[in-house]
Amino acid sequence: MDGLLFLIFAAIAVVSGLNVVLQRQPIASALSLVAVMGSLAMLYLLLGAQFIAAVQVIVYAGAVMVLFVMVIMLLNAGRERSAGASLMASALGVPLLAGLAAALAYVMLLAFPDPRPVRFGEFREGGAAQVGYALFTRYLLPFELTSVLVLIAILGAVALAWREGRK
Amino acid sequence: MEYYLISAAKAAILMGGLLLTLLYLQWIERKVIAHVQVRIGPSRVGPHGLLQPVADSLKLLLKEDLIPPHVNKFLYLLAPFLAVTLSLLSFAVIPFGPEIEVLGVRTRMQLADLDIAVLFVLAVSSLTVYAVVLAGWSSNSKYPLLGGLRSAAQMISYELPLALAVAAPLLLANSLNLREIVERQEGFYLGLLPRWNLLHLPAPQLLGFLLFGVAMFAETNRIPFDLPEAENELVAGFHAEYSAMKFAAFFMAEYANMITVSAMATLLFLGGWLPPLPARWGADLLPALAAAGAGALALYHGLHPARPRDRRTLPAAAAGFFALAVLLLLPPLRPVLLPLFWFLAKVGLLLWVFMWVRGTLPRFRYDQLMRFAWGFLFPAAVLNLLATGLLVALF
Repeated sequence: MDGLLFLIFAAIAVVSGLNVVLQRQPIASALSLVAVMGSLAMLYLLLGAQFIAAVQVIVYAGAVMVLFVMVIMLLNAGRERSAGASLMASALGVPLLAGLAAALAYVMLLAFPDPRPVRFGEFREGGAAQVGYALFTRYLLPFELTSVLVLIAILGAVALAWREGRK
Repeated sequence: MEYYLISAAKAAILMGGLLLTLLYLQWIERKVIAHVQVRIGPSRVGPHGLLQPVADSLKLLLKEDLIPPHVNKFLYLLAPFLAVTLSLLSFAVIPFGPEIEVLGVRTRMQLADLDIAVLFVLAVSSLTVYAVVLAGWSSNSKYPLLGGLRSAAQMISYELPLALAVAAPLLLANSLNLREIVERQEGFYLGLLPRWNLLHLPAPQLLGFLLFGVAMFAETNRIPFDLPEAENELVAGFHAEYSAMKFAAFFMAEYANMITVSAMATLLFLGGWLPPLPARWGADLLPALAAAGAGALALYHGLHPARPRDRRTLPAAAAGFFALAVLLLLPPLRPVLLPLFWFLAKVGLLLWVFMWVRGTLPRFRYDQLMRFAWGFLFPAAVLNLLATGLLVALF
């Protein structure tokens, strides 16, 4: 059952991911990205990471992508035109892609030499309490550094808007 | 196997009750608004217009299913589907009562008891904005587009104070599970005041409840925050190009969302299905008394009718109320009906406030709406959360 669900949502994620790149209409690409986020959330859920799954939907699908879609609508972005195939892209594209895939697969195999599928319901440490405990003990430094990073981004955005507003 | 059967039965009961409520909520709203404005409201179809919703839905079902030629067909059809699906999805995790025993089977009055139920509801409600935005964009027409844009900005802005207001009672309950949150609110202070999160020591959520209440009006696009569908400037806003059942789908979604946020407010702040009085003050008799009182009132007006037809309809209503009172007194039914009564009474009260406000307040201007969200609601919600966190940590 969980294997079947994994295949379904993995397929949706891959197809939607390709669709993000292949679609010419910006809004269709953005919506495909929402589908990717949603199916990733389902995959997290299948692994037992319920908190991460919910946050994935709230933050990415519910906030970030809504902003994307809104900006696309505001700018009323039309269909993208093909920029014309550059010689380098058509010659090197496929080999480079294959090389990247091979490198990724190699690293994965190196990192997890003995892959064992996680059965649904096996992993029960995915609740909000466990994630919070991990964030504030083991991963405290990365967590705080990330929040500083976000703060810097906010300051940057405010500074940019400030300068625009005073002109 | 048994689990699936029970779940299917619960889902059927929930859907049946929900769809019936959605059907009649509109009738109730029209009646309430009418009486606020000193009118009578729907009164032609059936006694007191009671068959009006049936007539309306038949009309919408039988109308020609029109798709304008200039729309993006896929997204245009997806939007109402999304709106209804997402608005009904949240009910899967909302508990209507405690664990009960029916025909020898112990079960919870809830479809799915998730540990992250609060996050689930927030996630689903954060997706509802897509339905509105896509409807506006795919209609390929200026008023729906403006409505969709406004709605996206509004829902993103008000989601923040809403989520922050939700976080404060979570600190008090120390859980994201809606059933546990309600169970933590059990008991009374001084044998009288309920320990609902609204009054829960050490950090009573009076301000939090107020903030949640305001934000929930904005999240459901209701007056005074119904800018996305402001009739006088945007025709009908995001659903201007929709007709027949697709139009009705948006309406259904709006009412379902109203019920969801009211249920969330009830669970998070008002103690869910818990009674407002201790049992020794007669909390268990109050529902039956209220039903009997309503029956007596209907009977009195039926005996002194203002209109000839009231002579027949009001005594029938009175008989219904008296039957309900008897049901509420029957010992085998009480563990099921009493929590359900309190839960539905609180949700109903909040829904009535929705209608009352709609009959009372004018619409905000767009800049007022945004300034209110970011200038007042958001800082107030942050302060409320910080104060609650501090008090919970200290005591």
